[in-house]
Amino acid sequence: MDLTTLTYIVVGLSFALYIGIAIWAKASTTGEFYVAGKGVNPVVNGMATAADWMSAASFISMAGLIAFLGYGGSVYLMGWTGGYCLLAMLLAPYLRKYGKFTVPEFIGDRYYSKTARIVAVICLIFISFTYVAGQMRGVGIVFSRFLEVELLTGLIVGMGIVFVYAVLGGMKGITYTQVAQYCVLIVAYTIPAIFIAFQLTGNPLPQLAFGSTVNGTGDHMLDRLNQIVTELGFLEYTTTSKSTIDIFCITLALMVGTAGLPHVIVRFFTVPKVRDARSSAGWALVFIAILYTTAPAVGAMARLNLTETVQIGAVGDPEGNLKIEDRPDWMTRWEATGLLKFEDKNGDGRIQYYNDANKDFAAKAAEYGWAGNELKVDNDIMVLANPEIAQLPNWVIALVAAGGIAAALSTAAGLLLVISSGISHDLLKGTLTPDMTEGQELMAGRIAAAVAIVIAGYLGYNPPGFVAQVVAFAFGLAAASLFPVIIMGIFSKKVNREGAIAGMLVGLVFTMGYIMSYKGIFIPVLIENVPANWLFGISPEGIGVVGMILNFLVAFGVSKVTAEPPAHIQHLIEDIRVPKGAGSAVDH
Amino acid sequence: MDEQSAAYWKRNVKLVTTLLIIWFVVSYGFGILFVDVMNNIKIAGFELGFWFAQQGSIYVFVALIFVYVSKMNKLDREFDVREDD
Repeated sequence: MDLTTLTYIVVGLSFALYIGIAIWAKASTTGEFYVAGKGVNPVVNGMATAADWMSAASFISMAGLIAFLGYGGSVYLMGWTGGYCLLAMLLAPYLRKYGKFTVPEFIGDRYYSKTARIVAVICLIFISFTYVAGQMRGVGIVFSRFLEVELLTGLIVGMGIVFVYAVLGGMKGITYTQVAQYCVLIVAYTIPAIFIAFQLTGNPLPQLAFGSTVNGTGDHMLDRLNQIVTELGFLEYTTTSKSTIDIFCITLALMVGTAGLPHVIVRFFTVPKVRDARSSAGWALVFIAILYTTAPAVGAMARLNLTETVQIGAVGDPEGNLKIEDRPDWMTRWEATGLLKFEDKNGDGRIQYYNDANKDFAAKAAEYGWAGNELKVDNDIMVLANPEIAQLPNWVIALVAAGGIAAALSTAAGLLLVISSGISHDLLKGTLTPDMTEGQELMAGRIAAAVAIVIAGYLGYNPPGFVAQVVAFAFGLAAASLFPVIIMGIFSKKVNREGAIAGMLVGLVFTMGYIMSYKGIFIPVLIENVPANWLFGISPEGIGVVGMILNFLVAFGVSKVTAEPPAHIQHLIEDIRVPKGAGSAVDH
Repeated sequence: MDEQSAAYWKRNVKLVTTLLIIWFVVSYGFGILFVDVMNNIKIAGFELGFWFAQQGSIYVFVALIFVYVSKMNKLDREFDVREDD
């Protein structure tokens, strides 16, 4: 059977599974639609959270990014896992105890203010839409590459699937489809990694192979990698060119941003008890860690494989580079997609892959007779081409396609649900039309989800310039706006309405302003995006940390000079601090 | 807030503070601020600072959450604020 047919079958089976689950888990009340009736087992919720969290970027792009960044890629590994400690210890149990449906609802009640709730909804919608556009794009790309259909067709199919289970099933449908999607994506990710680890080092566990010796030599993999990349003029793999303060701030912004992302927080509203919210965060991180500890190994192995495929002998030896006609099949196949490009600049019939941007290396390159780097490789290839590089059977390639789609769909569904609940529950029921019946609210939620899917699909097809910068934007804003007000709402009884609104607005405006000025989002670039121009040497990716600090300072300052929160709010805070007395659960 | 609840909250905050200090030390300390010093130590083919940044900190994060869960469950029982089963 050829690869395309096989991919159709595997992807089709996974879709049938998701739709079957959606029909089984149809939501019939607003409680089921928003928070799955608060009856989800904590381990199951952990798995759903992991799928919700790990997006197309985690699955497809991250390992490739690490392969080229080396140690610099650590910001993603620590940044996208460490936030779960903050969630488990500072947010999830208290928000679960509070026991309502959405994040803006908590902010509105705790700060006794509809304005605060609306500001929070605006932050939430902005964060979630920027994020979801990237997911729909991911779905479209996987479709068009593996199933050989147009990007638009791929997008429409993806939108249709999400429509069925998000609109019909709400949070309940999403939860159980995400469990299935987690299983698909983790199997698809680890199988090729295990095979490659075994082929390269003889140790099948990627986490250990990472430090093992390469087969047939006594060299540890990372030493060998450091040696060959520096010989080719690249930066040593285990170091970075970024400053310590920037690495520090980017990592912190990603961690805090994780803990402030509404689609992640809301997952902890779905478990029966406060103690389940705590353990569920632990389980979520276990399931995430399986992929996140494999990814750096995949990155390092891919970099070594790629480099040694091209550099077959000693660096500088005319015979040391791969002859063009000898290049492996997978290279030819990926050339067709344009993600791998090759050009024989010095006309020697061989491929040179080195760092031609390194001025200190230019003299050596000239001495070798090299006329520039001849191989361009897109980050995204590293995971998608892995099974081909390792010469694994076609069904593994088909599985990787299904895994990439699962990662994108599960995240998109979670985001669409918080957008729809923000509109139907916070804007309509909570503010504009408070006398809606439950049936009307449920219908409004479904319509909002459907409209959000269409907008997300449109953004995926016509991505505005900022989609590539989504990470900086969504995480920076979550870190600077939502995270501080939630934390202060639980851990301080003194921070009041005025303080919270002022804090959120200052954090939001500062962070947006900084990112927009350097990256030219919506407006032209105002200041050139180079380290010399950055405030305290912090890049736009890490600036959310400064926004967060400003938010805290302004909120405390303003609260000091305005009236204390009323007595019933102080009682509310005391109440959410102890587990006993949380709202009832519904069994599934 | 009554005395019992205040004492419970104090113990909770103390536990979380301790755990978050460890959280900070393994990731920001070993993995970022002192990564060059840590990299002088090599174990099992890894420079230690690099290992903490790409592997070790994640394992410690998982462990920290489960320590928190078990300590909090004990604390809930001790102060009789555990939810009914």
